[in-house]
Amino acid sequence: MIEITDLHKSYQMGSNSLHVLKGINFKVSQGELVSIMGSSGSGKSTFLNILGMLDEADQGSYTLDGVQIKNLNEKIAARYRNKFLGFIFQSFNLITYKNAIDNVGLPLYYQGLKRKERNERAMHYLEKVGLADWATHLPNELSGGQKQRVAIARALASDPKVLLADEPTGALDTKTSYEVMELIQGINDEGKTILIVTHEPDIAQMTKRIVNLKDGLIIDDRRVEQVRAKSYV
Amino acid sequence: MINKDQWNEIIEALTANWFRTVLTAFGVFWGIFILVILLAAGKGLENGVKKGFGDIATNTMFMWTQTISKPYKGLPKGRRYNFKITDVPSIRQQVPGLLYISPRNQLGGFGGANNVVRGLNTGAFNVYGDFPEIIKQDPITITSGRFLNYGDIDEKRKVAIIGDGVKKELFKPDEDPIGDYIKIQGVSFMVIGTYTKKSNNGDREQGQKEIFVPFTSFSQAFNSGDRVGWMAITAEDHNSITSLKKDVIEVVKTNHTIDPDDDRAVGNFDLYEEFNKVNGLFVALKGVAYFVGTLVLLSGIIGISNIMLIVVKERTKEIGIRRALGAAPWAIRGQILLESIFLTIVSGMAGIAASTGVIYVVNAILDGMPDTNETMFANPSVDLMVVCIALLILITSGLLAGLIPAQVAIRTKPIDALRTE
Repeated sequence: MIEITDLHKSYQMGSNSLHVLKGINFKVSQGELVSIMGSSGSGKSTFLNILGMLDEADQGSYTLDGVQIKNLNEKIAARYRNKFLGFIFQSFNLITYKNAIDNVGLPLYYQGLKRKERNERAMHYLEKVGLADWATHLPNELSGGQKQRVAIARALASDPKVLLADEPTGALDTKTSYEVMELIQGINDEGKTILIVTHEPDIAQMTKRIVNLKDGLIIDDRRVEQVRAKSYV
Repeated sequence: MINKDQWNEIIEALTANWFRTVLTAFGVFWGIFILVILLAAGKGLENGVKKGFGDIATNTMFMWTQTISKPYKGLPKGRRYNFKITDVPSIRQQVPGLLYISPRNQLGGFGGANNVVRGLNTGAFNVYGDFPEIIKQDPITITSGRFLNYGDIDEKRKVAIIGDGVKKELFKPDEDPIGDYIKIQGVSFMVIGTYTKKSNNGDREQGQKEIFVPFTSFSQAFNSGDRVGWMAITAEDHNSITSLKKDVIEVVKTNHTIDPDDDRAVGNFDLYEEFNKVNGLFVALKGVAYFVGTLVLLSGIIGISNIMLIVVKERTKEIGIRRALGAAPWAIRGQILLESIFLTIVSGMAGIAASTGVIYVVNAILDGMPDTNETMFANPSVDLMVVCIALLILITSGLLAGLIPAQVAIRTKPIDALRTE
């Protein structure tokens, strides 16, 4: 599903060049649930951004579902993001003046779907995350956990190949975190490939594979015994 | 072009901060309001002043004799001379492009003594000896009977056309003057017509107190022989009297042995030049109106551009989210542009509507005033053309106002946009 070889990325900070990613080789196959861990400054967010086509690598190759991701202009990048990827952010990033169903329908809007079909699909995913009753509520009328579930529904709406989650539980309390993780595990059970960036070991333990990043290199990549979030809830 | 979803997006974005949207819109509203009001006011002033010219043929000059100021061919300076009736065919022959040449003689004048008698009534009126063409140069409205014709000229009929003011002073209200006689300096003339005249440079009363008699009858009755008091000369429409004036005066100078360099011998008043001056004034006024109006509008547009920039800045994160979700650059750019154009047009239309409303009210008040002849302001209006131009300006400026913010909106990389907290 994802194949990355020798990925480099550096940032220009004035006259200094900051080498963030120093040659990463990484492979993810269909249906995996991977957590990427590392201390701050380890380059994990940069890595995720490159995976999410929000940023471009200086060097190395990146293949997503058989498509070479290279030399993208913003228009094509936007289309690939829409088609291949679903994003889940730490701060939910819902659009504040749109209600839940419109937020979920947004990726479909950019696919050019008609409103009726958009709403049907969005409703389907809202049901899936258990928020059908909250469809017409604005984000500020929802709790943190509910917001993140709306965001997950939105990430799922365009039926992407891969879900990318950047600290999905970072802004949530433990109980809500586990609820969200339970939802993510459920989605993974259905066969969706999911990558999670986190620095919480207990969250990482709920994935199937943990990748440790340090100073721009993968220092550890191991499969783990998945802890089902359900057992905590 | 714009589907319902895009409309929803625009409305949602603009209503997200009502107060600010309204404030921003007010800038453009005010700009277009001022522009239209200024143009309408200019038009009103123009209408008012031009009404002062009445229906007079504006491509006209008046010419009279003055004292000769230079000796010429052995003749001394300080001579006086008169136009002759023979000057008319000679001008006609030598200066092409003239429409009417009306020689005129005149009795009475401002502050003149009583010169007209009918029964027990007397009055002081201007009496003109005229050719029939004069009615086309200085139009009057015949209210009964007829105006002069060439039969009157040829047969030297002693007939007269009198103004309403004359009729009022010499006749009883229920009397019909037609066919009756009046005595002008002791000579009886039969009244064959009455007229009324539109205002003439504010001297409306005076305009109604004139008597027109055939030129030839005038000459005979009042001993003016072949002399001509003054002339009213109108050029054909395609050339201006101002350009022909020199030729006409030259002919007169040759005919009367006057030094060609003598600028004082022939007095003249060029109505066309005056009219053009007035016209030029209004062109300038219109220019000023456009200039000021456009500048005010411009500041409104800059306001919109400014606010759109702030909006884009504020929505950086939202734009980042949208792009992460798959919005192509043009979708973002298009939305910002549409918002800007929509805002501009809506507020602009409101401005046009409001200013038209004000013009309507002013018109209603002006109509209600008793004598509109005294005001220098009449019927302020803007034509559809101006509204169309304003609308065009609005659309263009909306586009321009949105352009920079739209560019700013997509210049930020989605990743940077998302990072903004």
